[in-house]
This record gives sequence, C-alpha cells and structure tokens, in this order.
Amino acid sequence: MSVIEQKAGSPKRRLGDLVFANLTFGSGLLILVALAGVAIFLTIQGIPGFSAKAADLDGHANFIAYVWPLVFGTLLAAAIALLIALPLAMGVALSISHYAPRRLAVVIGYLVDLLAAVPSVVYGLWGISFLGPRLAPLYGWLGTHLSWIPLFKGPALNSGRTILTAAIVLAIMILPIITAISREIFMQTPRLNEEAALALGATRWEMIRLSVFPYAKSGIVSAAMLGLGRAMGETMAVAMVLSATGIVSFNLISATNPSTIAANIALKFSDSTGVQVNALIASGLVLFVITFIVNFAARAIVSRGDVRNK
Amino acid sequence: MNSTSIRRVAGPSLAVLALGLAVSACGAGNEAATTTDSSSTSLSGTLNGAGSSAQQSAQSAWSAAFGKANSGVTINYDPSGSGAGVEQFNAGAIDFAGSDAALDPTKGEVAAANKRCGADVLEVPDYVSPIAVVFNVKGITKLNLDAATIGKIFSGTITKWNDAAIAALNPGATLPSTGINPIHRSDDSGTTNNFTDYLFQASGGTWKSEANKTWPLKSGEGAAGTSGVISAVKAGDGAIGYADDSQVGTLDTAAIKVGSAWTAPSADGAAKALLASPLDTTRAAGDMAIKVDRTTTAAGAYPLMLTSYLIACPTYSADKAKVVKAYLASIVSTAGQQLAATSAGAAPLPADLQTKAAAIIDGITSK
Amino acid sequence: MSAIVHQHVPLTHPRLPRWAPALVGVISLALAALLGISLGWGPVGIVVVALLVYLVGLPVWSRLVENRRAATNRFVTTLVWVSLGIALVPLGSLLWKVISLGAPQVNGRFLTWSMKNVFGESGGIYHSLTGTLIITLIATIISVPVGLMTAIYLVEYGAKSRTASAIRFLVDVMTGIPSIVAGLFAYALFTLLFGPGTKIGFAGGLALSLLMVPIVVRSAEEMLKLVPDDLREASWALGVPKWKTILKVVLPTALAGIITGVTLAVARVIGETAPLLIACGATTAVNLNPASGQMSSLPVFIYFSYTQPGANPKILQDMAWGAAFVLIVVVMVLNLIARVAGKILAPKTGH
Repeated sequence: MSVIEQKAGSPKRRLGDLVFANLTFGSGLLILVALAGVAIFLTIQGIPGFSAKAADLDGHANFIAYVWPLVFGTLLAAAIALLIALPLAMGVALSISHYAPRRLAVVIGYLVDLLAAVPSVVYGLWGISFLGPRLAPLYGWLGTHLSWIPLFKGPALNSGRTILTAAIVLAIMILPIITAISREIFMQTPRLNEEAALALGATRWEMIRLSVFPYAKSGIVSAAMLGLGRAMGETMAVAMVLSATGIVSFNLISATNPSTIAANIALKFSDSTGVQVNALIASGLVLFVITFIVNFAARAIVSRGDVRNK
Repeated sequence: MNSTSIRRVAGPSLAVLALGLAVSACGAGNEAATTTDSSSTSLSGTLNGAGSSAQQSAQSAWSAAFGKANSGVTINYDPSGSGAGVEQFNAGAIDFAGSDAALDPTKGEVAAANKRCGADVLEVPDYVSPIAVVFNVKGITKLNLDAATIGKIFSGTITKWNDAAIAALNPGATLPSTGINPIHRSDDSGTTNNFTDYLFQASGGTWKSEANKTWPLKSGEGAAGTSGVISAVKAGDGAIGYADDSQVGTLDTAAIKVGSAWTAPSADGAAKALLASPLDTTRAAGDMAIKVDRTTTAAGAYPLMLTSYLIACPTYSADKAKVVKAYLASIVSTAGQQLAATSAGAAPLPADLQTKAAAIIDGITSK
Repeated sequence: MSAIVHQHVPLTHPRLPRWAPALVGVISLALAALLGISLGWGPVGIVVVALLVYLVGLPVWSRLVENRRAATNRFVTTLVWVSLGIALVPLGSLLWKVISLGAPQVNGRFLTWSMKNVFGESGGIYHSLTGTLIITLIATIISVPVGLMTAIYLVEYGAKSRTASAIRFLVDVMTGIPSIVAGLFAYALFTLLFGPGTKIGFAGGLALSLLMVPIVVRSAEEMLKLVPDDLREASWALGVPKWKTILKVVLPTALAGIITGVTLAVARVIGETAPLLIACGATTAVNLNPASGQMSSLPVFIYFSYTQPGANPKILQDMAWGAAFVLIVVVMVLNLIARVAGKILAPKTGH
C-alpha cells in the first residue's frame, strides 16, 4: 500500500512491521468510518423525519418550517455567546501569556481549565438557580429604559431564563477553549518580534498590537469559530436554562425565546414516538452539518495559516 | 528505563481498574437481597418497566411494597417518559409500560403493541392525579377561574390580572394591574397533553389547539420539567402555570368552574371526574382507554386531571406471567391505589374502574 | 543660516509613581462605596462602579502626567485584568454554590444506596456512580487503542502523506461534534441493530468514545512527536524492527504524556449528559450489565432529579446538588491525577 511512507533512514520492512503499520492505518481509517457513520446513520434514521407531517412536527407544515426557528435560535445563542466570550477570552489569554508573572499564569491557566471541566448539567443547575434570578433585575431595567432597542424590547422575564442568560452560560462554557487556543498562539509569537517592538520604545500594549496580534490573527479567528461550534452544540445547559417557545425573535430578554436544535432534542426526545423521533434525529443531522461546516472552516483556517494550535 | 516505566504504570492502572470492578461488583446498600424473609412468596425474577415520569413516585411506592412482600422479585421502573416507554414496550425491550396517554390507534401504536404481544394489548388506568393551576400574584391567595378564562390567559388574549373577565369570576377580590406571565412546560409531557385537552374541550372555543403533549403555542414562558414550572411561577409576580397537584408545594392554586360550582384541585375530585367519563368503546376488551369528559358537571368533580395507564400483554412466558400478574394486580388493588394516594397524592381509582382493571389483569396467562 | 533652536529634550518622560494604580484603586473603591451606601446599592453594584471609576481614572491621570500612549497602555492593562476577573467570577460562584448545597448531602448512605424502592426519603447515587464508571470505562476501552494506534500512524507511518493529513484534519474537525449528535448516532445505530427503543449502557459508551477518540488522538500525537528521533534511530541501528521500536522505545518514552492526555479525555467526557440521556436512559436501580437495560449515570441523574423530582421535590433536588458535587469532585480528581501522573512519569531524556 502506498499509504505507508518510509521515514527517512528507517530500517527495512519486515512482516511484523507490515502488520503493525496496517493496523495503525486501519485505526485511522476506523475513525474516518465512524465520522462517516455518524452522517450515514443520522441520515438513515432521519429520512422519515424530512418528510414528516405536521402532526409529528409540533404543527409545522414541513421539516424546513420546523427546523428553521431552531437553526435561528442555535445561531443566535451561539453568536451572542461568542460576542461575550471572545473579548473576555482575549483578555484572559493575554493575562496568561503576556501580563501575569509565570507562577500566577500557571494558576490562572489551571483555573480556566477548571471552567472547562465543569459538566454542562451543572452549568444548567447554576444557570437556573443562581444566574437567572440574579440577571432578572438587570433585564427589568433594560426592559424599562432601553426598550426602544429591539434587542431589549421586553417585556422582561422576571425569572431571568431568557436567551441572553442562556448565551451568557454558553459564553462561560466556551471561554476555556477559546482561551486555551489563543494563549498557545500568543505564546508562540516570535520572541524577536516582541523584543524588537519593545526596544523601539513600544509600550506593552503597542507591542501586543504590533507583533502579537498580526501573528495570531488566523489563530484567533479559528479559536473563535471553534468556540462558536462548541456553543452551537451545547445541550443541557440551554435546555435547563432557556424558556424556549420556538419563535423567531431578536428580543433577548422576554419570555418567548427561540429554542436551539440541541436543547429541543433533549427536551423532546424522551417523550417522542415514531416519526417524531425521526424528525428529531433529522434536526440532529442539520446540527451536525452546521457544526461540521463551522469546525471544518475553523480548522482549514488554522492549517492554511502558519500557526497550528497544539 | 523503558520497560520499567511501563510496569510503573501498569501496576497502578490495573489496581485502579480492579478497584473499579470491585466497587461495581457489589450491590447498593438498599438493594442487598433480604435473606430468608419468612413472609416471602415463591415469586422470583426481574420485571422491567418504563415510561411516564408522572407515575414515578407511585411506582417507587408500589415496587417497594411489592418488593418487601416478595423478596425474590426485582422491579425496575425507568421514568424516561411516556413516549420512550411505549416505544420500548412495542419493541419488546420491557415487560410493561406506564403512559400518560392511552395508546393512540391513529398513530399505529395499538397495532404495534398488539404485534409485540401477539394478541390484543392490555391497557388499564392506574394513576390519576389532579393538575393544579398555580399562580403567584401579590395579595391574592384565592382565585376562581373557568376554562374559558384559563384558555384566554394561556393563549394571551387576557394580559392583565385585573382584566374584566377575571374580575367577574372573583367578585370582591382586589386584583392588581400586574401583567400575566403564563408558564408552560418546554419539554413534552403528559401534563401538557391533559391540560391542553381540558382547555380544548371545556373552554368553549377560547382555546383552539387540540390536545398535545408539546405546548402548541409560541407564547408564554417555557420551563423544563414540573420543577421548572414551579420555580418559574415562584420567581415572578404575576405568573400562572399548571403542574401536578402533588408538587405545587406552597404555591396557591386556582379553583376551576365545574357546572356552577368552584372546585379546587383534589384527588377526590379527580376520581369523581374519572367516574363521570365513559370508556372508549371502540377499543378491544382489555383496553380501558378512557375518554375523559372534561366538560362534566358532576358535583365535586375536578376534570383537569392526568390519567396514566399501565400497558401490558395478555400473555407472557410461564414464570414471567406470574410476576407481571402479581405486580400489576397489586398496583390496581385497593391497597395499591391507597398507597399511591398517600405517597404520591394520586386519586384512588373509583371502585367500578378498579374492579374492571383487576379483572383484566387477572386474565394475564402464561403462554 | 537659520537659527538652530536649542530645545531641551528630556531623555525620560515623567512617569506615574509605582503606587499610582493602588492609590487609584483605593480611591475609586472608596468613592463607589460612599456612593453605593448612600444610594443603597448592593456589593455587586459598588464593585462595578469602582471598576468603572478605576477604568477611567487611571488612564486620565496617566494622560495628564505621562502621555497618550502610556494612558492607552494602562487602560488596556486594566481591561486585561478585569476580563480575567469577570471570567473567574462565575467559576467561584458556581463552585461555591455546588459545594455549599452539595457537600452536606454526601454521606455513606448517599454513596452506597441506589434510588430503587426509595421514596419520601433521600436515597443514594450508587446506581449512577456505577453506571458512570461502566459507561466511561467502555468509552475508554474503545477509544484508547483506536486513538493511540491512529496517533502512531500519524506520527510514525503516515507522517506528511496526504492520507495522514486528511485523517489529522478530520480528527480535528471531529473534536467539534456536538455531544448530542454523538448520542443520536449511538441511538440510531442501536435502533438499526437491535430494534427501536434500545437504550443500553454500551450505546452510551460508544457515544462517549466518539467524543473521546479525537482528544486521545490529538494528545497522543503531540506526545509521540516529542519523542526525540535519536531514540528511534539508535534502536533501528541496533537492528530492532520499526514496530518493536515503537512499542518498546517510543511508546514508553511518551507514556506519561499519553496517560495525562487519556485522563484529561476521560475527565472531559465523564460529565456528558445529552448523549447518555438519549442512548442510556435512566433507571433507579443498579444495573451492572451494559448490554441490557437502561443504565443511570451521574449527569442524567442530576438532570432528572432536578427537573422531575416527583412528589417530594426538595429531597430529590437536594440530591441533584449532592450528585453534582460528587461529579465535580470526580472530574477534579481526574484532572489532578492527570497532572500528577504527567509529572511523576515524565521521561528523563536529558533534553
């Protein structure tokens, strides 16, 4: 097989080598098969869902009408989450790579990793019982004073379980991944560039703006997209926190919010039968395709740029 | 160096693995087989059931009592949802199912169940529970509502608590001008199914969507699970929602209009409403699907209730048949129904229905 | 001849004293507190206002004494630290909430009982603990060999070939598969194989392995790459075949890092809820057989106990917090093990 390339200077092939090499290659292929399997099995089980009738689609006329508000909600929640998380993640990543003394940086890094280690269902618990009620007064204020902005049209929901709350929880959840990737890239900035900037009298911020950011640009973009992908697929936290009514609306603080594909599946799956299950699986396929595209683009940007995250 | 480091890792990881297996190997403290219970019967085996999460509390009570009397029997009930229960039952994965709605012949559920059983499937009501309309309005602890008004509130036609329609039903009460925040289940549930069925049948046209376990409208606040609804209602002034009566806790509940009287949710009222409802006569003999009459005017009846069913086959393999029969019989027995009433706030089945259900279950035979 | 204007150019700019940020900090906090107490805000409001005052105050002072560039620099520095603070507040609040509500729940009975036949009193999470253990073990058993072998292929055999690049790329893309999609995949697969409604522990393990494999591949690949080529070449020079070199030289050298990676991967998937909700379902009894019957797991137990607590809501919701506490402790211990294992087992390669 031509797939096995000889590393320069490696010893002669033997039977054991051939077996072992093909075994490892087989494992690699197995992963690709699994990935294809996801698409294939979701399609097989999803096909009846695509042509499902209104009774099985919560009253929507066809599958497109059924899945569109969910796609909208998924994108909206993920986009807001990204808007909140990205600047924060940049700050945290910079504090680790360029601001904090080394010891402190290690501690901060560990704390941020901890944020990634908290299970999503626990974020859900926290979102319902702590964050939502704390944010409710803020929504009340926004609804009264800024209601001329369509985003804050209200009426504000007094349990605070709005799509904005869900997006904030999502932002916290994707913060670690964006931070981790950008921090790696910031740290890979060539030392010489940084020192040259400083030697020319640049302040620390100017040094970062002139030497770190240009170098890290594509890395930041891909980190953001990976975060976006993660946010779109998050399930339990959204299912528990969000007051979902499945409408299409940009109103961020009211009782009626768009649902997300993932949360909708989690909420409906256990009580669905027959074609309803197929419709849910079909919506899962849509989610898979969207996240696949986002992740694909993100990784493509990374591998096209010179930087490759570790 | 290399082989030693492999060993250094292999030792501890094997130890961890062994520990894990050892831990998994022993049973839970409360599941240890109670040895030589003199009162024990000869029944033995494992029964697997799944479905309605509304039945969960009652099922725990029933299986605990049954387990004490028959130490050889293990009963598992997975409260994974009515839909999942029916699906698994029809696939033959479980022995019996609990469902918040009778099998739907128009969706082919009855046919699928008959196919699984190889004969007409058995379906008996086993758990009846009133659904309360709960509210949180400052200064108001008593509230009267009729189905038409509830329909208007939940469909968003009435938006203020001091609306004339509500005021007319509550003479003397000083209703605030607070906005109404109607709260519904965001997950699929039997509670929603029964609530919407009640509104559709009894509201006289103010509520237009047919019974559905998915909330049919795109308005109002959605909350996951009964507890989600309860906490959302508690969270804000002006909220109104619906939830299983046994779980409303300290929240105030509205009395609904039945005939010309105001009836508060009660197990007794739910039982009376069930008594006033006819069986679905198009069904097979062993299928006790009830067409709940939400418009009943019987005195004391509370027609806003959830009726949950046991779904089982008429025949099982020899040893399983005995256990299924014994367990299901214990559920619909007077004692079993009483147990559900005390432990889960359910309404005991009316005597007529209970006798009929017991007779159907008594007909379970071995293949 | 134009007159040359001699102007004194100082070599240093005036700078704010070292204690300037601290002083501004104290002043803005005092201001905010004064304002807050007189207007009756909570502590959160005071902190926010103090931050805003600081955010404006320090750069303005710097602008007056130093120059615009220094002022911008100070402003950005403050922003960086503030964003770090904002990021850590949720973590603190979340941990505090889980510990304060969850820790008191944990006792012997909580850890050794299941919920079977338990009602009206608090039971235990033993059934969910065993379930989580078994499901995660299955996921690990599937993903470690596959992931490791793939990593070996990518580093030792495929190297820069097109196939290897494609696999590497798709594995990267796979890290982004939403967990619920993995669950749906397992459900769809098992429905096709064993009929509809098949919810078993093995399906959950398979779903989790789909999420775990890419993490294992990526971390193992990085670790294998770190093994110096000198070691490989020395082994080849002694006439050891390549596959034996990999097994006896490369793998042991990279072992520490691989174990760290695997442990972190386990920690990552052990808290997954959505796929298990779909693929494994829930039960109240201990089920040790992953090939038959629904299997409870900690995350699913937390979800159901909190959202559908039944007739005695308080009891089960308290238990949900207790289970959340146990789950977080498990995840943190795994993270700790990963770090310690990485330190202890790190090869001493003199590089």
